[in-house]
Amino acid sequence: MKVRAWDAAQLGAVAVAASFLVLPVAALGLTLRWEDLLAGIRHPLLWPALRLSLRTSSTSLVLVVVPGSIVAWWVARHPGRLSRAVETILQLPAVVPPAAAGVGLLLAFGRRGLLGPWLERRGIELPFTTAAVVLAETFVSAPFFLQAATAAFRRIDENLLIVARTLGASPFRTFLELAIPLSAPSLVAGAAMSWARSLGEFGATVLFAGNLTGRTQTLPLAVYTAMESDLRAAQALALIMVTFAFALLLVLRRMIREAEHA
Amino acid sequence: MLEARIRRRIGVLDLDVDLRVSSETVVVGGPNGSGKSTLLRLLLGVLRPDAGTISLDGRILFDGAIDLPPEDRRLGYLPQDYALFPHLDVQANVAFGLRGKDRRERASRWLERLGAAHLSARRISALSGGERQRVALARALVREPRALLLDEPFASLDPEARRDLRGSLREWLRTWRLPVLIVSHDVDDAGVADRIAVLEQGRIVQEGTAEQLRASPASPFVAGFARSQTR
Repeated sequence: MKVRAWDAAQLGAVAVAASFLVLPVAALGLTLRWEDLLAGIRHPLLWPALRLSLRTSSTSLVLVVVPGSIVAWWVARHPGRLSRAVETILQLPAVVPPAAAGVGLLLAFGRRGLLGPWLERRGIELPFTTAAVVLAETFVSAPFFLQAATAAFRRIDENLLIVARTLGASPFRTFLELAIPLSAPSLVAGAAMSWARSLGEFGATVLFAGNLTGRTQTLPLAVYTAMESDLRAAQALALIMVTFAFALLLVLRRMIREAEHA
Repeated sequence: MLEARIRRRIGVLDLDVDLRVSSETVVVGGPNGSGKSTLLRLLLGVLRPDAGTISLDGRILFDGAIDLPPEDRRLGYLPQDYALFPHLDVQANVAFGLRGKDRRERASRWLERLGAAHLSARRISALSGGERQRVALARALVREPRALLLDEPFASLDPEARRDLRGSLREWLRTWRLPVLIVSHDVDDAGVADRIAVLEQGRIVQEGTAEQLRASPASPFVAGFARSQTR
């Protein structure tokens, strides 16, 4: 292919991809009247759902990031067949369809699930509770963080870690004071992707936690519920959700850029 | 005195080394793949020998039953690219291995001794190759190690800086009279040595002063390695 034709093909591909990806998001804002947006903001489903979404997604973020960093460190620093197998297992939720994940969670933690009797004896009931929302979000979002963290930890020059040890640092201090700050931009990026996935989680949540206002109805579920009666309300809720996610993306990109140039 | 009689097999390499370093600078030379880096990792405690003993001033670091972790071995280490911590400034790098309230002052004193006090607040990315070496040396020495291990200490420098730093490193090492082990594949590095040991395929094939090695080299590599001492 001649250079000019190749340039044109690249530009064409970029234009088509960008328009296709932007159009639905733009349509949310462009086709909404101001008073519909206000009605959406005042919609009774919005605030309980937004509060619940923030609470559950930030809890699942902590559940993913804190143990996830340790797990990713172990996988990255123990090359071998076992860690490769563990890594594959940890990536599984990323390819499992959310609906299947919901059924799986129910069959694992539900009253008649694998761990059901054990949980019941301890008075713990998970399905259709806020905890179930957190579990579903943790399950579907963990791979995004784990993958980013494992890749970042693998990139650390081993000599830095060896030198730290010869300077008296324990393996834990080496992890905390070297591995974490050196990988911070990637960890933040992974956490952002993971959080975004949590915020948008629908399929596993609806099957495992249900759709109970104030208890398990997160923003995506509120959009779905509003859609059944009033498309404009659903649109306003969706737009608020997208704006929120977009703001999050911008803030995180800026943080990552600053961390990289620090 | 650093003493090691160790064996370790990794892939095709069968390392079997018997080495003693008193208060002198020993350069372990050898071609790529001869086991130099493996030897350093075994001494540092990052890799476990299959058998043998390692001791430092009579204290056992490894003997099968005892296997001290790197943080308890009191060995200073300078890797090839110096491995300065890029997220910390120069002073924080040197203070990393220290505890207590006066850690910053102690770090500053060592930077001063190595003529690098003016670099204290600099970021690592703003240092030249020679400055990095000084900072790395200060960071290793600040913990008062009982021996110093250096991996290809001049490999990442340009030829001119390499010449200058060989001279100053030699002087610094003489000042502290520590057991110093330098591994290198570069024949010119033999110039900083009091004694040379040549490692080929996991075995020390010859050991001695440059003159001794020059007089009757055991292999073509030894002949080449010892010749540079005359420069």
